[in-house]
Amino acid sequence: MKIHEYQGKQLFSRFGVNVLENRVATSPELAKQAFTDLGGPVAVVKAQIHAGGRGKGTFIEDESQRGVQLVKSAEEAEQAAKAMLGNRLVTIQTGPEGKKVNQVIIEAGCDIDRELYLGIVLDRAEQKPVVMCSQEGGVEIEKVAHETPEKIFKEHFDPAQGIESYQVRTLCKKLGITGKSVFAADKFIKALCRMYVDTDCSLLEINPLVVTKSGELVALDSKINFDSNALYRHKDIAEMRDLSEEEDSEVRAADAGLSYVKLDGNIGCLVNGAGLAMSTMDIIKLHGGEPANFLDVGGGANAEQVTEAFRIILSDENVKAVLVNIFGGIMKCSTIAEAVVTAAKSVGFTVPLVVRLEGTEVEQGRKILEESDVDLITATDIDDAAEKVVATLSA
Amino acid sequence: MSILINKDTKVICQGITGSVGEFHTKGCLEYGTKMVGGVTPGKGGQTVSGLPVFDTVEEAVEQTGADATMIFVPPPFAADAILEAISAKIPVICAITEGIPVLDMVRVYQASKEAGVVLVGPNCPGVITAEECKIGIMPGYIHQKGKVGIMSRSGTLTYEAVWQTSSLGLGQTTCVGLGGDPIVGTSFIDVLQMFQDDDETEAILMIGEIGGSAEEEAAAYVKENITKPVAGFIAGRTAPPGKRMGHAGAIISGGKGTAIEKMAAMEAANIEVAQSPGDLGTAMKRAIEKG
Repeated sequence: MKIHEYQGKQLFSRFGVNVLENRVATSPELAKQAFTDLGGPVAVVKAQIHAGGRGKGTFIEDESQRGVQLVKSAEEAEQAAKAMLGNRLVTIQTGPEGKKVNQVIIEAGCDIDRELYLGIVLDRAEQKPVVMCSQEGGVEIEKVAHETPEKIFKEHFDPAQGIESYQVRTLCKKLGITGKSVFAADKFIKALCRMYVDTDCSLLEINPLVVTKSGELVALDSKINFDSNALYRHKDIAEMRDLSEEEDSEVRAADAGLSYVKLDGNIGCLVNGAGLAMSTMDIIKLHGGEPANFLDVGGGANAEQVTEAFRIILSDENVKAVLVNIFGGIMKCSTIAEAVVTAAKSVGFTVPLVVRLEGTEVEQGRKILEESDVDLITATDIDDAAEKVVATLSA
Repeated sequence: MSILINKDTKVICQGITGSVGEFHTKGCLEYGTKMVGGVTPGKGGQTVSGLPVFDTVEEAVEQTGADATMIFVPPPFAADAILEAISAKIPVICAITEGIPVLDMVRVYQASKEAGVVLVGPNCPGVITAEECKIGIMPGYIHQKGKVGIMSRSGTLTYEAVWQTSSLGLGQTTCVGLGGDPIVGTSFIDVLQMFQDDDETEAILMIGEIGGSAEEEAAAYVKENITKPVAGFIAGRTAPPGKRMGHAGAIISGGKGTAIEKMAAMEAANIEVAQSPGDLGTAMKRAIEKG
């Protein structure tokens, strides 16, 4: 689960990680007031969306406006907020349709000496969290990692113990942090590691991490993802979820206990199991088609959930054919067959439907489909199924 | 021979009084697995499917001599259940549960390595030695005793591989579901070495997916250490970056963990790569024929 920058900064404050004074505004008037409250000569107005690249991003409604703006008066803050709120910001991460801005943050300025990068992620190969730092702050870190991996410095830590001071000093040495800033870094990085563990983050990124002229460390940005599996023990964080940032169909699927990802193609897929669902997309592509979605109904889904899955797939107007690929393990083929019949009645199939069933209760499943009057094409194996569904489009 | 489990393995089920645990305990019994009991804290003394239920794993092991366990405990309590099994030194622990917080698994993983036990999963279908012992949720009837060792990060895709190798008459020795989470107890490399050392296993089929670098590490290991024919497949060639594809571990992040990279690593290690999920069995056959 992702949260907004301002929410991340609220958490930073709670854990003792330095941030600049800021206000959240949902109207231009509040933005104007916020500038006055902060009392400084300058402030920065930043659009709050779940995507990076905001500084260079432009608005669909007015391409001259950016997602991050430096303002020097309350009126300028008001104007900047007006240009952002309610409009759609397009960045390299949003896709051409952009994301609607519902809040902005107005943040005090600071004297920047250096801009660094700091991130904490799980290193799967080491089975431990890792702190990653670089002197290349403010730029795309993936690019740095790819082109000059030697410029990224890493220290692993045990979640129970946290990071040790000597590890922070090692990082400081490599980052060129010296003098009293080393003590600031010790407090700062230890607090971040504690937050990563205590709130079950899966990604915690500060880009840029600023060293001020007076030697303080400040988190100028925040990008935080949480482990969805751990949200049950963080009710406060679960409440930070912003549904307006998510694809409607994906939210609907998640509510029904289904795993769904919308894609750009035209062949809807209904599959059990994540690996088989991905492979089904792959084989459609191999046969020259384009999958419209990833959908894993899981092992324990009932007829109602599977019917909802059909509704979600068919509500995508790009879908011109549907492929059902089931290898029943826990999932019974008969359950799927019943759902196909129910969906045909309650939703109605206006596009061709190809069904491949194998595994638990396959005979019963096939019988249910044969005895129904649902118009469908049956397939014998995964290859056959993909070929047939792609053929329905060219026919 | 086979790996990890065989007809003599004595198995308990942690979470046996839950509906899922009970259902699959029955499934394992029907397959012929020597199920000897179950554990649910606070429900000791009951019986499920004719099996005794114990309050603690320690007690269950003492009373039944169990040397394997399958875990169906819900996610908030699963890490604790696995730690209990590790503490009781059960040699083979299969954690089926999906949805365990990953930082819990950091701790559990370390404990399993320190204790020297084999933890398979979590978020996996389990382990099966064909026609001898089934521990987990896979449909037993598709398996056929034979010569291929199968290991996979995905459940249903493993069934696909099993079904295809059975249809071609190759059959299986043992199939290990490694699990779809970012941290799992047993890696491809661990199982590769077990299959290499197993006399009955003549060839190895590995099924990976996007996310992480376990397949690349396994490919490098195959090149250096494995003399048996190996075939492989990677799911998720069409998966978009940054999106979690069902499994918590199936995500391309920061441009890393793509199917293309993994397939290239396998090809470089002389692994016969299946281009399509319909080609799992035939790719295995090609690898065996090449020798």
